[in-house]
Amino acid sequence: MCAARPESSVGIRGWGVYIPRFRISMVEIAREWGWSDYQWKALGMVERSVAGPDEDSTTMGVEASINALKRANINPSDIGAVFFGSESKPYAVKPSATIIAEVLGITPLTMASDLEFACRAASEGLRASIGLIASGMVKYALVVGSDTSQANPGDVLEFTASSGAATLILGGSSGSAAYFEGSFSYITDTPDFWRREGSPYPRHGEGFTGEPAYFKHIVEAVRGLMDSLGLKPSDFNYAVFHQPNGRFPLKVGEMLGFKAEQIKLGLVTPIIGNTYNGSALIGLARVLDYAKPGERILVAPFGSGAGSDAYSLIVTDSIDESRERAPTVDYYIKNKVMITYSQYSKFRRLLRVIRE
Amino acid sequence: MLSKSPPVVWRSRIYRYRLIGCKCKNCGRVHYPPASACPYCSSRDLEEVELPRVGKVLSYSIVYAVDSDARERSPVILGLIDLGVTRIIAEITDANPEDIKIGSQLEAVFRRIGEDGETGVIIYGLKFRPVI
Repeated sequence: MCAARPESSVGIRGWGVYIPRFRISMVEIAREWGWSDYQWKALGMVERSVAGPDEDSTTMGVEASINALKRANINPSDIGAVFFGSESKPYAVKPSATIIAEVLGITPLTMASDLEFACRAASEGLRASIGLIASGMVKYALVVGSDTSQANPGDVLEFTASSGAATLILGGSSGSAAYFEGSFSYITDTPDFWRREGSPYPRHGEGFTGEPAYFKHIVEAVRGLMDSLGLKPSDFNYAVFHQPNGRFPLKVGEMLGFKAEQIKLGLVTPIIGNTYNGSALIGLARVLDYAKPGERILVAPFGSGAGSDAYSLIVTDSIDESRERAPTVDYYIKNKVMITYSQYSKFRRLLRVIRE
Repeated sequence: MLSKSPPVVWRSRIYRYRLIGCKCKNCGRVHYPPASACPYCSSRDLEEVELPRVGKVLSYSIVYAVDSDARERSPVILGLIDLGVTRIIAEITDANPEDIKIGSQLEAVFRRIGEDGETGVIIYGLKFRPVI
């Protein structure tokens, strides 16, 4: 008989998201740069979110965290670790985690740090938090995934790179909305996507981002998780994968034996874009907005560079108590204002302006 | 030399982040931002209180001639907002001028409120937006 896995003593106490209200359509981007419609249709995209001129990954992280705290309904000073995963930090040096911890009233008796692993940084924070809580070192941990993703103007990446944030507050499994059954990581050194120090925009290996990076790492992480737990795809009610575009999650799901019906609820990139560190976690939040007690959820974030983590979660009876305390993912999806490419350029400071 | 000095930004962070004001133990009135003496009775016997995050527009002004670091969000809407226990002046965000009316309900939201050029400190704080 196997000993209980440490993950099973840890659960999600609160979840919260934030998606800025501005949206730019694929048609608008394609028109501006002379792309064929095939380009964005092949990505399975419709429109994507854009952060406003007074927003950044820190402010969005605060909003998502306030929503998560409302659902968790705990004393902020009981949080002993704050992890901020982002690849679009407002400061290259100076943590956003400390700002978020100060705003929420978590400081000063806490750990706090920013993590970087492309789109997977927040997921590393989740695994670390599971360990911290399971060991008894901290009571609660707050993990934020937030990005105002950058794209070189005219690059195909501009169709998907969007803005959004998700926060999970982890604590003991008792009283949690969902608890972890297990987790599994798969990491290699793979240069599929990067941004050099001082460079304003990332570069990517075109098709190289797919097979050896996204697909290989997610498949290995999910198979590793399922093998370790003795589970198969049909044991899960929902599957949420990192979603760099609208097509990849469906394809990786098919490779692993999942059906489209298991994936669709958590697939938000076609309508809000790829929120990078928020991507899979916003998908998970949408599933939590609807999931019923007893249902099993697979979550598999991915980050270039490259690595993936797979988690299995079981929804508990407590989920209904916390669900209505904060706005849902669907609220933010519907709350939108369409903008032009020139407004997008201005909001994200793509224009070169001399400040007096 | 920095025009927005880090010590000043640091000293004001708590009331800018969390909407913390002061209540006078002598006259009972509340003010924001916190001062060392009550602006109404000059008493120094004060206690910090967290202010309500939702209020109503008492008046507002639309500013078209903005600082260069606010150019991207021009026109800027400045509101006089009634929080019940006190009134405060703050920028209104996530709204067009035509969205705002006297009596509109607003809620506090954490945003960038300024920066010291491209290399200096970023100043964060509370603005108000239509209630979601």
